[in-house]
Amino acid sequence: MPPPAFQGRPRDQTAGNRLPPGQYLTRDFPVLSAGPTPRTPLTAWTFSITGEVAEPKQWTWDEFRKLPSETITRDIHCVTKWSKFDTVWEGVSVDTLLKGIKTTAGFLTAFSDGGYTTNLPLADVTDGKAWVAFAFGGSPLAPEHGGPARLLVPHLYFWKSAKWVRGLRFMARDEPGFWEMYGYHMYGDPWREQRYSGD
Amino acid sequence: MAGATLQRRLTWLQARLSRRLDETPRVKTLVLDVPGWPGHIAGQHVDVRLTAADGYQAQRSYSIASPPDDHDQLSLTVERIENGEVSSYLTDVLAEGEQLELRGPIGGYFVWSTESGGPLFLIAGGSGVCPLMAMIRQRAARGSRVPTRLLYSARSLEEIIYKKELDLLAERADGLEVFYTLTRDHPSGWRGGSRRIDGAMLAEVGFGAEQHPLCMVCGPTPLVEAVASTLVELGHAPDRVKTERFGPTGG
Repeated sequence: MPPPAFQGRPRDQTAGNRLPPGQYLTRDFPVLSAGPTPRTPLTAWTFSITGEVAEPKQWTWDEFRKLPSETITRDIHCVTKWSKFDTVWEGVSVDTLLKGIKTTAGFLTAFSDGGYTTNLPLADVTDGKAWVAFAFGGSPLAPEHGGPARLLVPHLYFWKSAKWVRGLRFMARDEPGFWEMYGYHMYGDPWREQRYSGD
Repeated sequence: MAGATLQRRLTWLQARLSRRLDETPRVKTLVLDVPGWPGHIAGQHVDVRLTAADGYQAQRSYSIASPPDDHDQLSLTVERIENGEVSSYLTDVLAEGEQLELRGPIGGYFVWSTESGGPLFLIAGGSGVCPLMAMIRQRAARGSRVPTRLLYSARSLEEIIYKKELDLLAERADGLEVFYTLTRDHPSGWRGGSRRIDGAMLAEVGFGAEQHPLCMVCGPTPLVEAVASTLVELGHAPDRVKTERFGPTGG
């Protein structure tokens, strides 16, 4: 067999150690979803903390938007191979939402309009690692990108950052969500290239 | 929720390019021999991995265009993307007999098999037709008579992928109907559509919502967003509308 003729792009040193294995850098913001974009009016929107907690909580949109929010600048990595650097979001820290919540559960399922779910360890959404984001690049989050609000968990592959998120359900055990049921990785660390079950 | 649950490890397999077929000026089909291919369901995709001499690797996803029944052989239809480091290698450089690595099948939601039934309404934009073609081919190979309609939007006549094969399959009059719409150029006397897919076209070509068709939409994001939203407006249940994006994301 002849030596491989594939050369690839000129090696981009600026991406350097910011690009996880198997990823390429894009300037676009590709849209990926499994079905139609849900459109829930803000008057009907709520965000809930449910499941294995002592007392469930719920916010209306107005209540949610009155919570302290912060600007978050992070690199994001999609399992479909694109990465985007320095994306700027505004959102409410999950720490803020979980303040006062009593639980012994170690996992949660984020659930969304349209029936989408994804599973996460509690430790991966606390201590400043996750937000419920309502703005991207200084503008309200567009519906196709998950607006009015999506989960933002930038240290994991981006399918974990559930679009159209409506709440977090605390779980005693780690249960697969939508893509995880179809063979995607239960945890999804881009730096360990955990794309699919068994990676 | 119908689909393929898949929890086994996906290992990289060696694939050998058996033949490369010209589909359109920018699109080629790679027919690959893949010893050990575990089989797939129409609509699933693979990850392709290329390795350069210095160890640099690039990965991209491609939908499988061949039906599940071709043992150890897979067809991937690849559109050459401007400055696409992987696509241009696959369409222009990789020689017949040479190898690449792939793993899969991946994805179990955007799938259809003859057992899934119908009616089946397939809506494609550009090279988004590829995973839908796997469904149409499986339907034909199994002798299925599931009522199926393909609405396929392309820029021009010469950019319609698989046109000869689609026309031949439609001539069998076994319940498959194919409609084309051309958004940029159309020849004089063109009898298909000559505009972007809109609500009127979806209503005219598609099955009514009361027939509960399974709608599978694949194409570039603006088309998928518009078509999926319009189908819901036409009364189709959101969980009967499945979407897949297909198009340049830097590939």
